[in-house]
Amino acid sequence: MTPETAAASPAGFRHFHDQLGSLKNQLLGMSAKAEERTDLAVEALLTRDREKANLVISGDTDLNRLEMEVEQAAVELLALQQPMARDLRFIIGAIKVSNDLERVGDHAVNIAESAIRLAEKPKVAISIPEIEVMARRARKMLGDSLDAFIRADGELGRKVCRDDDVVDSLHDSVFRVLLTHMMADPKTITPSLELLLVGRNLERIADLATNIGEDAVYLAEGKQIKHHQEA
Amino acid sequence: MQQSTEVAPGARVIPNVVAPRPVAAPAREASTADKPAVIASDLWAYFGDTAAVKDVSFAAPAQAVTAIIGPSGCGKSTLLRCLNRMHETAPNTRVEGKVEILGTSIYGEGTSATVVRRHVGMVFQRPTPFPTMSIRNNVAAGLRVAAERPQSRAGLQDTIEEALKRAGLWEEVKDRLDDSAMALSGGQQQRLCIARALAIRPRVILLDEPTASLDPLSTQKIEELVYHLRETVTVVIVTHNMQQAARVSDRTAFLLVGELVEFAATNALFTAPKDPRTEAYITGRFG
Repeated sequence: MTPETAAASPAGFRHFHDQLGSLKNQLLGMSAKAEERTDLAVEALLTRDREKANLVISGDTDLNRLEMEVEQAAVELLALQQPMARDLRFIIGAIKVSNDLERVGDHAVNIAESAIRLAEKPKVAISIPEIEVMARRARKMLGDSLDAFIRADGELGRKVCRDDDVVDSLHDSVFRVLLTHMMADPKTITPSLELLLVGRNLERIADLATNIGEDAVYLAEGKQIKHHQEA
Repeated sequence: MQQSTEVAPGARVIPNVVAPRPVAAPAREASTADKPAVIASDLWAYFGDTAAVKDVSFAAPAQAVTAIIGPSGCGKSTLLRCLNRMHETAPNTRVEGKVEILGTSIYGEGTSATVVRRHVGMVFQRPTPFPTMSIRNNVAAGLRVAAERPQSRAGLQDTIEEALKRAGLWEEVKDRLDDSAMALSGGQQQRLCIARALAIRPRVILLDEPTASLDPLSTQKIEELVYHLRETVTVVIVTHNMQQAARVSDRTAFLLVGELVEFAATNALFTAPKDPRTEAYITGRFG
């Protein structure tokens, strides 16, 4: 909600539009936190930095609290203002996006925990560049999906959905590479399983970004594109 | 749809003079229910030289509720009043274009406005019971005016009971039918007016902001009534209250300065309207 649109609203709606603006700000704050946690978790993994990993784990309560705040604000707006059309789609979307972001935070914690376990066994180091590419891609998808939702940009939302295929195929590559490592050298089994988990978590973050991309399309165009409804 | 009619010499009469007796929720026949009951084509309505309704075309499906929404002065009530030739009762007014009710052009040559209004009932914003009449006589009043043949006493009582039951008022008034209609609450009076309109078994009923002067509980009762009325009649309702339109109607028309901006299934119009002006109005970013 821009201040200009709020100013153009009839008096009865102004308060509601201000509240919608606050909800958007809450969601923006939550997005920034989720992106920051993901970045920190990936950094902790790549640099085997326990301190950063611990920061990700301890910061997760912030995202949990923000999710509840967004949900509470959205439920109040639904109950008290009976919103319609784009406003209704935004509020429904905000509830879903906040839920997705909370889960992004959980996956960041999982990655941070893997980073800590990998840091404990520094002797068996295996290098999987695909993990780094995957992390970059998933992180880009997350940022794009949130931009798409906040700006109600359906086109960008659709792009995020298409990008998910790339992350899925990278995930397959990571699995195959790690399997090869484990077969070649049993000492790599423990760290490889850890990296498999990391790959799985990154793939889930990309899936959640896809959900947010789909919500952005629904917000912008009123069209459901979930479950390949759109050819 | 070909229907048998009894046509008075020189006058065109709307077919199916008496609607089927609504005993229980009748089975909806796809062949008739899916055909629009009200079709407006290129409709213009004027007060003097000013057009209040501009080139409006829409088709209200039979046995469904169609809501007309829009800001004050957008021509909602005028459009509604064109559907039973009430607009022409105001001085210096005229209507151009075509309105078909159940296949009959109501502005066609030789069509009697009185006959049209017998088939297209109307209820207004403020309850308008006849103040000097009892509850019973209020319901009977329309019948007495409309009946071509006087009904037997027993038949009349049955019709009154049926109309009051359909209007959801019977249980509240059955023991005091001879009390003055003015003894009823505002909400009950409005339901009495609906019963009076239903007594002559219209095929279409027009509601012009029927809950505008009522408290929330009475409003809820009228909304429930409207929801169930669709089982037996076609309803067109004008309302200021968008939530009400969303709750009770199957299709919604959005009118702006006399023009029909959007006409769509209610669930689509209130969740994802196509026209940016509809979007602006229903989200309050307007005016």
